[in-house]
Amino acid sequence: MTAPLSAHDHLNITAVTSGKGGVGKTFVSANLAAGLARIGKKVLVLDADLGLANLDVVLNLYPKVTLHDVFTGKCSLREAILSAPGGFSVLLAGSGMVEYSRMTPEVRDQLQRVIAEVAPQFDHVLLDTGAGISDVVLYTVSLAGRVLVVATPEPTSLTDAYATIKVLATTQGRRRIALLVNQTRKRGEGRTVRLQLQQVVDRFVNPPLDSPVQLDLLGEIPADPAVRDAVQQRQLLVESMPGAPAAIAIMAAAARLDA
Amino acid sequence: MNTPTPPPALTALQLERALQLLGHSGQPLPPGTPGSPGWLQGVIDALVELSSRDALTGLANRRAFDLALAREIDRVARSGEPALLLTLDIDHFKRVNDSWGHLAGDEVIKAVATALIDSVRPMDLVARVGGEEFAIILPNCASAFGETVAERIRRRVERTPVAVAPGQQVSVSVSIGGAFAPQWVRSTPAIWVGRADLQLYRAKGQGRNLVQLEPTAVSVVSSEEKRLLFESFQFQDTE
Repeated sequence: MTAPLSAHDHLNITAVTSGKGGVGKTFVSANLAAGLARIGKKVLVLDADLGLANLDVVLNLYPKVTLHDVFTGKCSLREAILSAPGGFSVLLAGSGMVEYSRMTPEVRDQLQRVIAEVAPQFDHVLLDTGAGISDVVLYTVSLAGRVLVVATPEPTSLTDAYATIKVLATTQGRRRIALLVNQTRKRGEGRTVRLQLQQVVDRFVNPPLDSPVQLDLLGEIPADPAVRDAVQQRQLLVESMPGAPAAIAIMAAAARLDA
Repeated sequence: MNTPTPPPALTALQLERALQLLGHSGQPLPPGTPGSPGWLQGVIDALVELSSRDALTGLANRRAFDLALAREIDRVARSGEPALLLTLDIDHFKRVNDSWGHLAGDEVIKAVATALIDSVRPMDLVARVGGEEFAIILPNCASAFGETVAERIRRRVERTPVAVAPGQQVSVSVSIGGAFAPQWVRSTPAIWVGRADLQLYRAKGQGRNLVQLEPTAVSVVSSEEKRLLFESFQFQDTE
């Protein structure tokens, strides 16, 4: 019998997730990592969506060696860890992983092994997980000590973020969940979104729990045309346009994540 | 001296109390030559068996349950097979004790234990985890069958009258809560039991003699939740 994985030992591992796709989860993962690197931290981003994340696209990296090759024993873990443009390291899954639409015991064990091995080597490990609440997402999130939910201030994104928070609280016993509100259109909208979510959590999720779920606002990133430009030019915003409002907001969130 | 003296190491073990305990609890004493390794293994096995059973009902006790639950979590996370945990509580058990005495209470607990064993598969683990509290681990139980099996258990108990005094029978019922282990995801015994207990609490609150299983799709957001979520929140017009 293996000892239960104590996710809380891995406080330097943060799972970046979202209820809904298309809220900028991968953009946030990559730029948070670059932001952390800029304040001198050693960071690794892992494509925990097993090839479905567009991390390779965002970073403009098409490696020959991927996590898939580590799993199949074709290369060592060290060989698969690449340097990304933003001064951080990245472990890409590669399209070969897409076939693992379900978490098989082998993938599960391999992923756990890889994460346990890399965690002590970095100040921060960010797991860019898939969207939604599949068993794969839940499993990868369960490997992280901290979880960051990315949401935008739209009804569908809020609903899905709330559903994710609910599932994480009930099935994984999460009591602190960080929230990052992307594409805000007015100052303070992130606080409003956090408050709104917290209010529903207090009313519908918290009552039967032994201790209440607390949502922490990691930051709000304003809607910023510079983001689209950076994404289209396949550059990291905090690198290419560090003065843009969204880049400044990401740097602040990175500092808070590191605090 | 007509009995051979056991080796000094075994004398130091002072097995008298262990053997007394086994004899008293009706455990067959191990065969073989007293003091031989095989016999000693038999004593240990019998003690292990004894320490994992509830004295009144013969069901798995709390200790054995905790161990089995931890194993099941490990197995589910590895295999992805669904597993159901039920927690059960005899309704208004105090009334039985107060009206008919503690011996009658014991009879009720024993009868419920038998009803539980009779309504599940041999592979399922039925445990007495508290005074009138029971728990059942059902490995490889598909979510579609959870309600059926829990309902079968509830009805079985309801239909089993218990003789508490000569010519006197009482009927008891159980409230049942249940939760499936999250597949592929590592949980902890405390979280799993907590989820099942929460449902048990709901079954009690809704009038007892009821089954309440955690909805498998906990990700569903009700319209009430949505209303509160969007209440007084001004969404910006998106371009």
